[in-house]
Amino acid sequence: MRRVVTIAGLAFLFSIPLWLGNFYLLHVLIITGIFIIAAMSLNLLLGYTGQLSLGHAAFFGIGAYVSSLASLGFEVHLLPDWLVTLDPKPVWFAMACAIVITGLCGWAIGRIAFKVRGAYFVIVTISFAEVVRLVALNWDELTQGPMALNNIPPLSVAIPGLVDITFIGKVANYYLVLVFAILAYVIIARLVRSRAGRAMIALKENEALAASVGIDVTKYLVLATVVSAAIAGAAGALYAQYVRIVDPNVFLFIYTVTMVIMVVAGGKGTLAGPVVGGVIFGLLPEGLRSLAIAPEVQWIVYGVLMILVVYLLPQGIVPALRSLRQHRHPINSEPQPHADASARQVAP
Amino acid sequence: MNPEVPRVALAVERLSIRFGGLTAVESMSFAVNEGEVVSLIGPNGAGKTSAFNAITGYLPAASGDIAYRGERLNGMKPNRIAELGVVRTFQKTSVFAGQTVLDNILIGLHSRSRQYPIAILLGFPFVAREEEELVEEAHEILRFVGINAPAAELASSLPYGELRLLEVAVALAAKPTLLLLDEPVSGMNPTETANFMKTLTRIRARDITVLLVEHDMKIVMGVSDRVVCLNQGRIIAEGAPVEIQRNPEVIRAYLGERYARAQN
Repeated sequence: MRRVVTIAGLAFLFSIPLWLGNFYLLHVLIITGIFIIAAMSLNLLLGYTGQLSLGHAAFFGIGAYVSSLASLGFEVHLLPDWLVTLDPKPVWFAMACAIVITGLCGWAIGRIAFKVRGAYFVIVTISFAEVVRLVALNWDELTQGPMALNNIPPLSVAIPGLVDITFIGKVANYYLVLVFAILAYVIIARLVRSRAGRAMIALKENEALAASVGIDVTKYLVLATVVSAAIAGAAGALYAQYVRIVDPNVFLFIYTVTMVIMVVAGGKGTLAGPVVGGVIFGLLPEGLRSLAIAPEVQWIVYGVLMILVVYLLPQGIVPALRSLRQHRHPINSEPQPHADASARQVAP
Repeated sequence: MNPEVPRVALAVERLSIRFGGLTAVESMSFAVNEGEVVSLIGPNGAGKTSAFNAITGYLPAASGDIAYRGERLNGMKPNRIAELGVVRTFQKTSVFAGQTVLDNILIGLHSRSRQYPIAILLGFPFVAREEEELVEEAHEILRFVGINAPAAELASSLPYGELRLLEVAVALAAKPTLLLLDEPVSGMNPTETANFMKTLTRIRARDITVLLVEHDMKIVMGVSDRVVCLNQGRIIAEGAPVEIQRNPEVIRAYLGERYARAQN
């Protein structure tokens, strides 16, 4: 049953470009998909280890910049007479660099934050994002500052004699983003349903008890930040290669906030949560626009809807739906649902 | 009972613990032999839990040595100490409340599992196989401890007695060779306490050494091989339960005259 639903859902997602004639809507779907990938990565940290990264746009932005710079090449003076030059690299290699380097940044953040939890972790991540944004803004020679990096080449994959695709245009990029999103989902799902995921949940639930049964809490927090950062970096690289222009605004706090909204509204600590939240809050602005009401009203409606979701479904949409289903069809092997069944945060 | 010469498992030598100017534990020395059940008793504030915290790495020792099977524990992180087989429970009820009973045990089985991040991410088949084994093992632990609640129940919805059993089950999942129990039966009713005594006997039968902090004298006198009595951070008496019950200093500081009269 579950498998049928999954296959049907995937078939639907893959079929969208075939019947959706509207390229603008396809563009919105691509951007939403990229943000859903980033939101999934944030959920690994926020929903499973319980640590809120309010600098998640930094990983996204670093991914975008690394991917762009490696595919464009650069010349930069690290010292007045020390010139470092990088020739343009193939885009797939640039994107791989982006993933690896953001993963390393995640490792650094995880190590720095090895003892800080809660509010202090939030501060470390915000500061990190701000520092990176200022670097991107002011290191003109490397990043062109506010002038932005443009003419970023699109991803092209060429295996002689087999395939030769350039991911340019909406349809190709839609499939590219979809495949990346599925990969990210599978990676996160595998991780959280394993020993490593349980260690992360243990850190969120009760750190002292987790240590008492031999869990090296810091190690798993670092693992979570590395994987989370790398996936956010992949999302950033996809963004750069699709939009083909990157400026320091990718580090803006609003992007982090968008990811947090997607995760919290959808249901943190559930695999489907960021996807559901991302679809709703990614497509909502477009839906409201199509109602042809004044832009101010659109944003007011957006804000009111968000407050309603958080107020009425504090656990998020997915856990609320799940507990609703349990109330309707109590499973025999499971206990009768109780008042706090919505607190069940982890998909079995 | 044991004809062989007892081998020392846990050795605490001249341990002192300070909180700023306050000395919680002063030059405490005692040893727990392999396979023994030793109880730490004493009035509130005597330093029992502080000693527990120092042994398991949750508090730094101001001075003195703690060694388990010859390995020095001072300065080790709690998770390293747990890997050596020294596992504790907490005085304040402590489980992973938002998780199911089964997931609690699975978290406890952490160091039994051999899944490395790369294997997990690549989805090696042995990871799935091992998950099945772990679930099997978790059910076995639940049966051993005697938890009747369904494994899919949320820990936060368990009745108090079962919650305390779940704590012990989580600790047992970590495969201790030395189990430190901090007031495991506080808040249990007499039936639950009696059942817990039986569980403790079965834990013992698995060659697990036990260090117990408890105020329930029925348990302490019923299961302990030796009892160490603390008062104001110092050991005031040590010996077999019968001797401790008669020790005038223990009676004065902790047990009270009424307890002594009731025993006689």
